[in-house]
Amino acid sequence: MALKGAEIMKMLPKTNCKECGCATCFAFAMKLATGGVKLDDCPYIDPEVKAELEGAMAPPMKLVTIGAGQNAMVIGEEEVMFRHEKTFFHEPGIAVLISDKESEPDIDEKLARVKDLRFERIGNVLKVNLLALSNDSGDGGTFETLVKKAYETTDFPFILISEDTDILFSAAAMCADRRPLVYPVTNENVSASIPKLKELGLPAGVKGESLDEVIAVTSQLKDAGVEECVIDPGSRNMLDGIRDQTLIRRAALKKGFRPLGYPTMTFPCFMCRDKYEEALAASALMTKYAGIVVTSLTEKEFIFPLLVHRFNIYSDPRRPMTVEEKVYEVSQPDENSPILISTNYALDFFIVSGAIEEANIPAFLCIKDTGGIGVLAAWTSGKFTGEAIAEFFKKYDVENKVKHKKLIIPGVAKKLKDELEEELPSWEILLGPSEASDIPKFLSEEWKV
Amino acid sequence: MTYEAPLEKHPVNIREVVLGEGEKAQKIGGENTFPFHSFEGSLPNPPGLALEVLDMQPENWATWALDPFKDVSSDPVEWARKGVEEYGAEILCLRLLSTDPMGMDAAPEEAAKTVRKIVDSLNIPLIVLGTGTEDKDSKVLIEVARACSGKNLLLGPVLKGNYQEIAKAALEHGHAIVAQASMDANLTKELNIALCKFFPPEKIVVDPTSSALGYGMEYTFSIIESIKQFGLVDKDKMMQMPVFADIGIECWRTKEARESAEQGILWEATTGMTFLLAGANLVVFRHPEALRLIKSMISY
Repeated sequence: MALKGAEIMKMLPKTNCKECGCATCFAFAMKLATGGVKLDDCPYIDPEVKAELEGAMAPPMKLVTIGAGQNAMVIGEEEVMFRHEKTFFHEPGIAVLISDKESEPDIDEKLARVKDLRFERIGNVLKVNLLALSNDSGDGGTFETLVKKAYETTDFPFILISEDTDILFSAAAMCADRRPLVYPVTNENVSASIPKLKELGLPAGVKGESLDEVIAVTSQLKDAGVEECVIDPGSRNMLDGIRDQTLIRRAALKKGFRPLGYPTMTFPCFMCRDKYEEALAASALMTKYAGIVVTSLTEKEFIFPLLVHRFNIYSDPRRPMTVEEKVYEVSQPDENSPILISTNYALDFFIVSGAIEEANIPAFLCIKDTGGIGVLAAWTSGKFTGEAIAEFFKKYDVENKVKHKKLIIPGVAKKLKDELEEELPSWEILLGPSEASDIPKFLSEEWKV
Repeated sequence: MTYEAPLEKHPVNIREVVLGEGEKAQKIGGENTFPFHSFEGSLPNPPGLALEVLDMQPENWATWALDPFKDVSSDPVEWARKGVEEYGAEILCLRLLSTDPMGMDAAPEEAAKTVRKIVDSLNIPLIVLGTGTEDKDSKVLIEVARACSGKNLLLGPVLKGNYQEIAKAALEHGHAIVAQASMDANLTKELNIALCKFFPPEKIVVDPTSSALGYGMEYTFSIIESIKQFGLVDKDKMMQMPVFADIGIECWRTKEARESAEQGILWEATTGMTFLLAGANLVVFRHPEALRLIKSMISY
């Protein structure tokens, strides 16, 4: 919970010495609250007070890094309960569960499949982020074989899962440079785990059967200097999971309760009766605050909706959704293909390009940068006028992409038609449908070169 | 530091709205907490899950969307019956697509006859939707209101441009309405204020309009969440109406839903689940399997 200037003021020396560069201690406190100065700038602050203030001013939810380098997964440091209050910052990790009890060919196939679970969507790569390697065999050697294989053949960060603490940490030592999350750290094994977590510098996957148990473990870890934790409150059905995640986030953000100020992990793979339920539970838990979801799903049909779901919920509501300005080629058009134009508002782009694909008529889709606003608003504000579009035509040499001279414009922009007839006199301007869903019908009935 | 569960109590309730009449009537809304938060408040009614029925043969539906109804898709009464008897729907949503002025442009009287037939043969709560064309919808829905007087249908969408006529007919014949304002919580509130000058608030369900997964789902999600916050946290009486989400039509339009049956069902179910988590009280599904999945997951 962020501290207010007045609260900080009470803890300062109140000498107004000016050595920090501020006129008064009060001014310093106000600046400190908003991040304008550093605590170190005050030369006279009591070291104990300083430690206390640092603790109080830290983000209410810890940032945790799993993995290393390019593929590292960063979760936590969320600031709000509802995305419209600001935004959700760090996309939750989607971890695919692989057991060391699975046969070697099954494991190979799964690893290959998981690597392929990558999709492009408006210039963003959507992908699975983690492997959750589980020691269900109870055998250390078998587990190490699995970890070694995953280490050598993929570059995913890992969650290592074993009920046997010795097996867990000897596997962790094998891949410590990849910074795996070790799980579970519990009431029973926390004392034994602390020296190893510290030695290897790893984040801890804390499991408790209740929030009270979780709190006991994270407190012990914190006292021992293990700062990065991910919490599993033990919920094994979706609605309990939503309850626990909600309470954890609320305790952290609204009450400043540090022992729960960590991202969470959930196990939809153990909550459900079939694949559909698992996919739905995973998406529900991501909506309601999970930092990591562990799933056994690897099929495209089940993972792709999950990836798009995460992309949607974690998009920043403060920014208009936009796509890049350019002439998009939908389904390989040629010189006789239709040309349509629309704005770079991402939703318009999705719907229009989807409708063209559905029509099964290849086309050029001109996307004009309107700052992410829709057709009518963009026309009103001068970003989607006849003049602006004529410039776009010149800039992207639209004229030479096709043999015909017909441009299809959005049906809602009736006034734009007149403007374009003036600005592009050699072009025939066709007023398209007002609804993108009518584009297939329009193209198949109206489009002739 | 000792932990105390940070429970939140709200002293107000979302309004309870009754759909249908007689023993199969269903209530939606009535909660004084956020969705699924039974650990800190009361949610007297589970969300209403409705199954969509068209009043004409669907065109251009994905095979797997039509499959469950392909033997009955030319007869709305049989379609409705199959939805109830075979797929367990407890609420139906009849879309009067035949009345679309850009399409078949069927007469209001024709459409009303179909509605009446379904009401007479099934007697379960029925949502009746026009096509969103203000002029035509007001003629059609007024006729439906008259033909099914006293049946407590849920009629919509009622828009800024036709709310007066439709709401008046609904009031006269004892129906509830869906007040629709697109993607803006303030517009939702404005329409509610206008309606409540002459229409009972406990007969209003609000529709902020729905977008599908991958096509703006997050906007609908956040608008539903903010409507619920205005209602419960800020105690705004004009924001305490149950929320309606008509998702089947949006989800099955996407190319992703048309790629495979599994992905299509999940596209719809994921969108539905997300809106339920935001606080939707009544969701319309197109695929019976999507509805079944959601029902089994939220009731265990």
